[in-house]
Amino acid sequence: MTLSGLKTWHRVALSLCVGLALWHGVVVVFDLPKFILPAPQLVAETLWKSRALLAEHAVITIFEVIAGLVLGATIGGLTAIWLASSKTAEVLVRPLLVFSQTIPVFALAPLLTLWLGYGLLSKIAMALLIIFFPVTSAFFDALVRTPSGWLGLAQVMGASKWQIMRQIRIPAALPGFASGLRLAAVYAPIGAIIGEWVGASKGLGYLMLLANGRAKIDLMFAALVVLAFFTLLLHTCVDRFCVKILNQHR
Amino acid sequence: MTTPPGLFLRGSARIDAKPLFGPVDVTLPAGRWTCLLGPSGVGKSTILKLFADLATGVSFDGTFGSSDGAPLAGRIALMAQEDLLMPWLDLRQNVSLGARLRRERPPSDLAETLLAEVGLTEHIRKHPAELSGGQRQRVALARTLMEDRPVVLLDEPFSALDARTRADMQDLAADKLAGRTVLHVTHDPGEAARLGHQILVLTETQLIKVPAPHSAIPRPVDSAEVLDLQARLLNQLRQDS
Ligand SMILES: Nc1ncnc2c1ncn2[C@@H]1O[C@H](COP(=O)(O)OP(=O)(O)O)[C@@H](O)[C@H]1O
Ligand SMILES: [Mg+2]
Repeated sequence: MTLSGLKTWHRVALSLCVGLALWHGVVVVFDLPKFILPAPQLVAETLWKSRALLAEHAVITIFEVIAGLVLGATIGGLTAIWLASSKTAEVLVRPLLVFSQTIPVFALAPLLTLWLGYGLLSKIAMALLIIFFPVTSAFFDALVRTPSGWLGLAQVMGASKWQIMRQIRIPAALPGFASGLRLAAVYAPIGAIIGEWVGASKGLGYLMLLANGRAKIDLMFAALVVLAFFTLLLHTCVDRFCVKILNQHR
Repeated sequence: MTTPPGLFLRGSARIDAKPLFGPVDVTLPAGRWTCLLGPSGVGKSTILKLFADLATGVSFDGTFGSSDGAPLAGRIALMAQEDLLMPWLDLRQNVSLGARLRRERPPSDLAETLLAEVGLTEHIRKHPAELSGGQRQRVALARTLMEDRPVVLLDEPFSALDARTRADMQDLAADKLAGRTVLHVTHDPGEAARLGHQILVLTETQLIKVPAPHSAIPRPVDSAEVLDLQARLLNQLRQDS
């Protein structure tokens, strides 16, 4: 049987095994101490032993990411519609948005912590900020690219500007919104983790820093594994959601 | 439906600095079917789009409008050269698009009736992606008939249909649009000979009015006058190239 004949999840499992084998090989061959790179089985052990601790912190991070994602997608989507429906908004606000992208969002993390405190809010804001631009610009670009034939037809039929937006431009732009959303699913966890690094008392990012400080590298890796798993899961769910809305609007 | 006005267009068109056509003098008599015939690229669609106020990228020197002087907006149904179906709507929703966009309640069952008349009853719940090119074009025709407007602009409305369906749809359109002012763009001399109360031939150099029979439309495909007119139109088209 050839490799390409395998089912998707078989292939994922296979590449995971290869990765783990390589990891193990590196640890053995270079005789790395466990405070530099713990072997995979040690990480697995820690993952099991500290499951309660990991779960407690993971719940916080997951909440921040999902809240940030929902808020960011909503606000980003509404902003795109607003920019696409008003020439004034586009002329005045769009350059501002583009300019704001020259500031690395990470640089805002300390400010957000200062303004919004050490709690969940500053992390949600961070996740929101990091996905806001990809969602807005992907959706906006699609909204201003409505095929002109459709617009002409709607105009001849006597549709109002808002009905054209609601019934033609938005549905026609949903693929653009979906691609923004797929990016957002990957970015949102990054935002939340950075937020936690800058100042938090809970969450996987906080746990990683804590473990690092106490030279518990195995715990740090275990937190990383949980985070990677969650990000993958989130990406898959968002992808399914996108396929579903695109099917309804094919 | 309000009383259909006549339409006129006098002037010439350019794209950037390049002349497209003209000067031409197009007059569409009220309540009559005019066929505009010509080779591809001479500007037939442009003339049609000018009436619909959709000719972007074209500069037009001259005047056009309706014989009663009132604006044309709201009195036109347009069937563009592309079918322009919305892929996210099913056939019934596509056919009632105009009413949906105006937030009106479409006359009950009219969409179903029209879809049946264009032969698509069994596909009514499908989406455009599940249809052939010819079927899609018939949905666009049904959507245009649904609009029930006094002025109807048809841009190559039967171009994707097989010979039998095309003849059927010509009959249907002639029946449904009787008494309206119709501008029908086509490059098929046989079609113009069947349907035109008036036939205009646009070539690179001029606009020619070809005398059409006074008989009622749609004319039978095998009548001598239709065959004769078809031959004359083809000769006319070939002369001017
Ligand atoms: N918006 C536009 N911008 C540039 N060129 C155009 C535009 N619209 C039409 N044209 C050109 O004008 C010519 C006539 O177009 P059209 O009216 O569609 O021709 P027809 O319908 O007779 O085939 C074509 O050569 C086409 O390329
Ligand atoms: Mg054309």
